[in-house]
Amino acid sequence: MTEITLDVNGKKIKKTVPDNTLLSTFLREHLNLTGTHVGCDTSQCGACVVHVNGESLKSCTTLAADIGNAKVTTIEGLEKNGKMHPMQEAFKKMHGLQCGFCTPGMVMSAIDLLKKNKNPSDNEIRDWLEGNICRCTGYQNIVAAVKEASSKM
Amino acid sequence: MASLVGSRVERKEDKRFLTGKGRYTADINLANQTYAIFIRSPHARAQIKKLDISKASKAPGVVSILTGNEIAGDKIGGLIAGWAIRSEDGTEMKCPANPPLAKDSVNFVGDPIAIVIAESLEEAKLAAEMVKVDYKVLKAVTSTSDAMKGDTIHEGIEKNLCFDWLLGDRQKVKEAFDKADKVISIDIINNRLVPNAMEPRACVADYNSGSDEITLYTTSQNPHLSRLIMSAFGNVAPEHKLRVVAPDVGGGFGSKINVYNEDIVCSWAAKKINRAIKWVAERSESFLTDIHGRDHVTHAELAVTKDGKFLGFKNETIANLGAYARVFGTVTPTYLFGPCATGVYEIPAAYSNVKAVFTNTAPVDAYRGAGRPEATYTIERLVEKAAMELGIDRTEIRKKNFPTTFPFKQTLVHTVDSGDYVAGLDKAKQMADYDGFESRKKESESRGKLRGIGVTSYFEACGIAPSAAVMSLGCGVGLWESAEVRFNPTGQVTVYTGSHSHGQSHQTTFAQIAADELGVPMENIDIVHGDTDKGTFGMGTYGSRSLTVGGIAIVNACKKIVEKGKRVAAKMLEASPDEVDFKDGEFVVAKSNKKKTIGEVAFALYLPGSRDSDFKSPLPEGEEPGLKETSFFDPANFSFPAGSHIAEVEIDPDTGEVKLEKYTACDDFGRIVNPMIVEGQVHGGLAQGIGQALYENAEYDETGQLMTGSYMDYTMPRADNFPEFNIGYTCTHATTNPLGVKGCGEAGAIAAPPTVMNAVIDALGGQEITMPATAEKVWKACKSMKKSNAKAA
Repeated sequence: MTEITLDVNGKKIKKTVPDNTLLSTFLREHLNLTGTHVGCDTSQCGACVVHVNGESLKSCTTLAADIGNAKVTTIEGLEKNGKMHPMQEAFKKMHGLQCGFCTPGMVMSAIDLLKKNKNPSDNEIRDWLEGNICRCTGYQNIVAAVKEASSKM
Repeated sequence: MASLVGSRVERKEDKRFLTGKGRYTADINLANQTYAIFIRSPHARAQIKKLDISKASKAPGVVSILTGNEIAGDKIGGLIAGWAIRSEDGTEMKCPANPPLAKDSVNFVGDPIAIVIAESLEEAKLAAEMVKVDYKVLKAVTSTSDAMKGDTIHEGIEKNLCFDWLLGDRQKVKEAFDKADKVISIDIINNRLVPNAMEPRACVADYNSGSDEITLYTTSQNPHLSRLIMSAFGNVAPEHKLRVVAPDVGGGFGSKINVYNEDIVCSWAAKKINRAIKWVAERSESFLTDIHGRDHVTHAELAVTKDGKFLGFKNETIANLGAYARVFGTVTPTYLFGPCATGVYEIPAAYSNVKAVFTNTAPVDAYRGAGRPEATYTIERLVEKAAMELGIDRTEIRKKNFPTTFPFKQTLVHTVDSGDYVAGLDKAKQMADYDGFESRKKESESRGKLRGIGVTSYFEACGIAPSAAVMSLGCGVGLWESAEVRFNPTGQVTVYTGSHSHGQSHQTTFAQIAADELGVPMENIDIVHGDTDKGTFGMGTYGSRSLTVGGIAIVNACKKIVEKGKRVAAKMLEASPDEVDFKDGEFVVAKSNKKKTIGEVAFALYLPGSRDSDFKSPLPEGEEPGLKETSFFDPANFSFPAGSHIAEVEIDPDTGEVKLEKYTACDDFGRIVNPMIVEGQVHGGLAQGIGQALYENAEYDETGQLMTGSYMDYTMPRADNFPEFNIGYTCTHATTNPLGVKGCGEAGAIAAPPTVMNAVIDALGGQEITMPATAEKVWKACKSMKKSNAKAA
């Protein structure tokens, strides 16, 4: 068992869990933050992307114990004072989601892109999102949403 | 009030998905729940000699291990084929039993044989490792084309043949072929695909011993149908003691139509152990056990005159059903495939003959488009080849054979109510700058690249479907849909639909429709679905039926609400009902300013009296209080979306890489309720269709092991695989429903594979190549092209 100390969505968390607890399991099962999804268990699909110390990371293949004391942001932590993050707003406006399952990972990944590249081209967006699979949208409106957000952020 | 139908309205469901508040099955945890792991066959075909659970049963945390013996002992039924198909010789199809847990033999890798239930997932996994199974491994049958020559998989099903089905007239076709100037023939493979909804299947089953009720939360596209099958055929519980809830479902594409082994086993086992059981598939389990799609081997011929008129069409197909026939398994390669194989053309004589075979692979069933992508691929590859061989422009040969008047009596089954195929193709050509292709080709060639263009004109029969028609074709149920519209006393509306949304945006589209019908603001309308305890029985979502069937049930229920409202408003306004008009949410007495809002009328219906009115009711005599109406809509016909798509590819002959440069889709979906949502449906369908053409392939080796069982091996299309799609529409309203809608969910997956492949093959100078057109295959084709060019020189 390992004691995990994290800042999750601005809240200090201290919990003792088995050593092999994945970050996705820790968030979903121990903190009930079920917005982070697991779609493949092998870091291929990107549904599980969260931010760890501001960088996007696939939580389904990260041990919670490996990121001790980190600052974690999940999809649940993006809203500020009841207002959605500009990326969330843009996904809604541009119809960048359908079934919603890949969406949390997609949004978290896209936010990280705009941190690194404020004004990405279509190709740069498509290239960056290569690690996130969406089966519903054909990606076109996701690209449009990221562009829309880049004009707002 | 402006009409909402036709408007780009943002989705009501989005906020919860975007803020992590969606509630998918795997997010559900019940008090005191246990966790399940399924023991699955590692062999494609084997006899179970011995199953030893003694050590595993004593492992820490194990609650119970249940096997095929117990489930058979409890007389729990298996999985079923939903459609009974007859062979050409009149005999009924032959299907094997498909027990939820295999007892004596296993027939594909992943076939479940036992369930291990433990206090934690970890403990269930560890105990599962201790279950010992002795198999006698048998030779597997995996090849679609050779299945009839293989060992008999299921006792009594000779040649592994489920049925040998014929639609059409062989003699007429022979006569047509005798008159032909030329016969174009083609051999094609429609590659096997894995649907790959991003949410893996899952279920949580709960049992309440006090009420003897089972509740199953599951990833289903049709909870009511699941309950019916589990109750009537699975013998899990009577329908009134079984509640099936499909909460937010993360994509289906057909793969979540079926009731699966795990649904039945967990529901039955929850009652047995008197505790809740949770099971969530890992992705590798999804690959192995979700239904797969397509997997046809086809030989087709088209008889033509030298100026390009089509005279006759033959379609000889072997369809792989996998190990067992499931809900839509037998209809997908027959009535959903055969009739559409003559495409958008007037062909005087045609037949489709399909031999459906069992193999030791995962069951094959309906995947987005179901039968119609296979049909469209067959005819559109053939027509493209005919154009090439006859030296006629690919669009001209199509136009020459389009029907020009509607209704169009299609050769084999359907009477297509409306359409304008010429207008669709012309618009697609214009959108794609078809006439500018030659100069783009020259430009590509100047850089040493090959460029090709491909066209597809398609129609599809969807909006399934008229109950009498489908039941006469062997469907086990009628395919109507239900809706219930309830006014709350304070004026908001709840709409219960039997359809299920797993990405289709029903919460928005259906609210738009109801808002227009009732004159109630959209934000005051809630759409409820996915729970057998809420609303009437419904048939669910597949076959692009939600709007064309389910949506119309909502319209009709709303119309009943308005009719009742009119009678009550008339009494309240001291007029006769035929003097009352309803518009924009108000009942107005003609030629007066007397009116009541629908909210006021609803309020009066729930509170029919007042303190000061001397027992006078605002309701007409005999009128029941309350405002709630139900409709069951059974369409008069299928609906028939159609369109033309054009793709352009550029191939690097040095690497074989195919780059999809342009993709144009011009579709006729009839009236469009929400253009934003329809566009999204088209994009998604295209991505899956292009995925089939260029990337995706499910492949078994000869021992029946799935070689493409993870995202490392199965190429899922990613964002950087696609260009920006160019989407447009023509519009002819469907005449068979009051909204004039046709359905849009499957079009992209139907039209894209032949469109892209026609372009690839055009770039390769007509060399046939199978899907997916991977770099390796294309590179080889480029090499042989170079060789034959050198020889010719």
